[in-house]
Amino acid sequence: MNDILDGLRAAFWLVVSLDAELMNISLRSLQVTLTAVVISCAIGIPFGAYLAVQRFRYRRMVISIINALMGLPPVVVGLIVYIMLSRSGPFGVLGLLFTPTAMIIAQIIIITPLITSIAHQAMRELWAEYHDLLISLNTTKWQRIKTLVWDGRRNLLTAGLAGFGRAIGEVGAIMIVGGNIDNVTRVLTTAIALETGKGDFALALGLGFVLIGLSLIVNIAIHSLSRTEREGRW
Amino acid sequence: MPPLYTLSDVTVKRRGRRILGPVNLSIDAGGPTMVIGPNGSGKTSLLRVTYGIERISTGQVTTNGNGDTHAFVFQSPTVLRRTVAENLAYPLRVRGATDINAAVDRWLDRIGLTQQANRAATRLSGGERQKLAIARALICEPQVLFLDEPCANLDGHTTREIEALLATTAHAGTKLIMSTHDMGQARRLADNVIFLLNGAVHETGSATVLSAPTKTPELAAFLKGDIVT
Amino acid sequence: MIRFLMAIFVTLTITAARADDIRVAVTTSFENSGLADLLLPHIAADTGLDVQLLVVGTGQALRLGAAGDVDAVLVHARDAELVYIADGHATHRTPIMYNDFVIIGPQDDPAGIRNALTAADAMATLQTAQAPFVSRGDDSGTHKAERALWADDTAFGPWYRAVGAGMGAALNTASAMDAYIVADRASWLNFRNKGNLTVLFDGDPALFNQYAYLPVTPSKGAVRHDRALRLEAWLLSATARDLINGYKIADTQLFVFNGN
Repeated sequence: MNDILDGLRAAFWLVVSLDAELMNISLRSLQVTLTAVVISCAIGIPFGAYLAVQRFRYRRMVISIINALMGLPPVVVGLIVYIMLSRSGPFGVLGLLFTPTAMIIAQIIIITPLITSIAHQAMRELWAEYHDLLISLNTTKWQRIKTLVWDGRRNLLTAGLAGFGRAIGEVGAIMIVGGNIDNVTRVLTTAIALETGKGDFALALGLGFVLIGLSLIVNIAIHSLSRTEREGRW
Repeated sequence: MPPLYTLSDVTVKRRGRRILGPVNLSIDAGGPTMVIGPNGSGKTSLLRVTYGIERISTGQVTTNGNGDTHAFVFQSPTVLRRTVAENLAYPLRVRGATDINAAVDRWLDRIGLTQQANRAATRLSGGERQKLAIARALICEPQVLFLDEPCANLDGHTTREIEALLATTAHAGTKLIMSTHDMGQARRLADNVIFLLNGAVHETGSATVLSAPTKTPELAAFLKGDIVT
Repeated sequence: MIRFLMAIFVTLTITAARADDIRVAVTTSFENSGLADLLLPHIAADTGLDVQLLVVGTGQALRLGAAGDVDAVLVHARDAELVYIADGHATHRTPIMYNDFVIIGPQDDPAGIRNALTAADAMATLQTAQAPFVSRGDDSGTHKAERALWADDTAFGPWYRAVGAGMGAALNTASAMDAYIVADRASWLNFRNKGNLTVLFDGDPALFNQYAYLPVTPSKGAVRHDRALRLEAWLLSATARDLINGYKIADTQLFVFNGN
């Protein structure tokens, strides 16, 4: 119990004193995760919508595979990405290993199935509602996807936030492909792992509370943004 | 003039059950055609396969309209989760039309929803939604308008408004193909009639059949208000 | 929107290409001592090298070197190092410094190893008593050293808990379980969760722990061999010697420089 109080105290002092290292790793955490989320949404949302409106032979199997991929252990993803990006691997020439870019790549692989799955679910429900109307209006497939995505944007936001939550707290994959290098690829979660390993639980918990706080801020910010829209027009 | 739609040996089967057919029928241009019959007789299916949004199991539907435009109004109105104005604008945008605002304003006025233009369409009442759906169907000026029991769940006041709108539309030259279970409505609007029973076309003819002797006893019973199976 | 994303992407990839950086894989026991934090700024100032440390287990460090993903490794597993060089992954090994391992256990020492005469005796006592014991279990330098101390390294039972983790994590587990554990002194002194544990046995030459620096063979892709050698030269310099010998925690010298 003492440890938790020490943790809260540590978090408070870190934030209030604008600790330089804390700022550094927090900013990097946000950069890596937000970039990954944006790219994953760009992939997952149209794909989820496409899966909802287009009937094709292996559709059910594709959906099952995507749902199954949500259960990919992040560490395994990290290992695979490491092998791909390693100097002795196929993409070694790109020199991406142990950089934030490698971390972004790993996180994209981890959260895209999640975002696609939630987006698909949202789009499927909306498509059931709009199906007859949009078909009777002779819309093209692309027009249907655009309409579903726009009208269903509130639920798609949930998909994005789910991806964000999963990514911001992830540590296994980015530890392997990033290397937790001080000042280069260290982020909040890997720093927490490091401090825990050193037995400095108070600091680890403190960083943990900062991480939770950051996540809260992002979620609240997104929700209030979407609410003003609701008040204004809906 | 060739008929607008010709159905040859059309059947619709779902899960092994025959819902409609075999149907051999043609629908000509001109005054409103009303499709009548008891619930479950296949009226909805007939409209949907003729329009082309439902798959037929056998047979063929030919459209002889040389590119006639058409629109469909469903029994329970689907509104997009947008404002009323945006709902009206949507079909025009889909076609890439210009000068959308003028058309939208005109139709808002015709259905009396100008004040609600920026309101969420999902907040409209059932009657307002159906009026919106009809306006949205007509805004692209289709040559044929299909309606599947549009007034089924509406009050008398709204029904009257909608019938007035449909009558004007028909007079302006739009072909109406409409199903209904309201015989009064059929009498008010029909030019010709298709009577469906158990998924088959039982009788067709001009609207006079609604008040004069019918060809078949089932239609007579139906018009009297009996339950016909 | 696209431009914003590109800007982020470019910024992040730019950080991947800094002038004069060098990647070195080091063991967790080296990092946990805190010595790295002391040395890195001096290295940067004296040589212009930006040392990027990857703190991983010995096994992983050697693996990274073999793949050419790091330019040098700093480990403490002599036999494995010699095999490594023979296999052609590193050009040579340079001893830099040594410290010692200590046997740690609960204050009240239920197995009674405090007065053992040698490390082997202490470990044999633990084995007979079947005292709860936490092992690194990860094939690291520390793990190999620990295995070498047992009289019979096949007679283990549920009392022997191999956690497969780094030094800090293993110490955390031992602390929570009130178990015995072999650790390097530097990690122990810097460890913040000692709980009920304390050093019960030390001083036996068998507990000698030598750290060596191995530059990775230049034939592996884009390994920056020249920078690895520059770092090696610094690690053998007088500055390095003084810093290493002068590094103390709780008034105890942690490492003894022997790089010559």
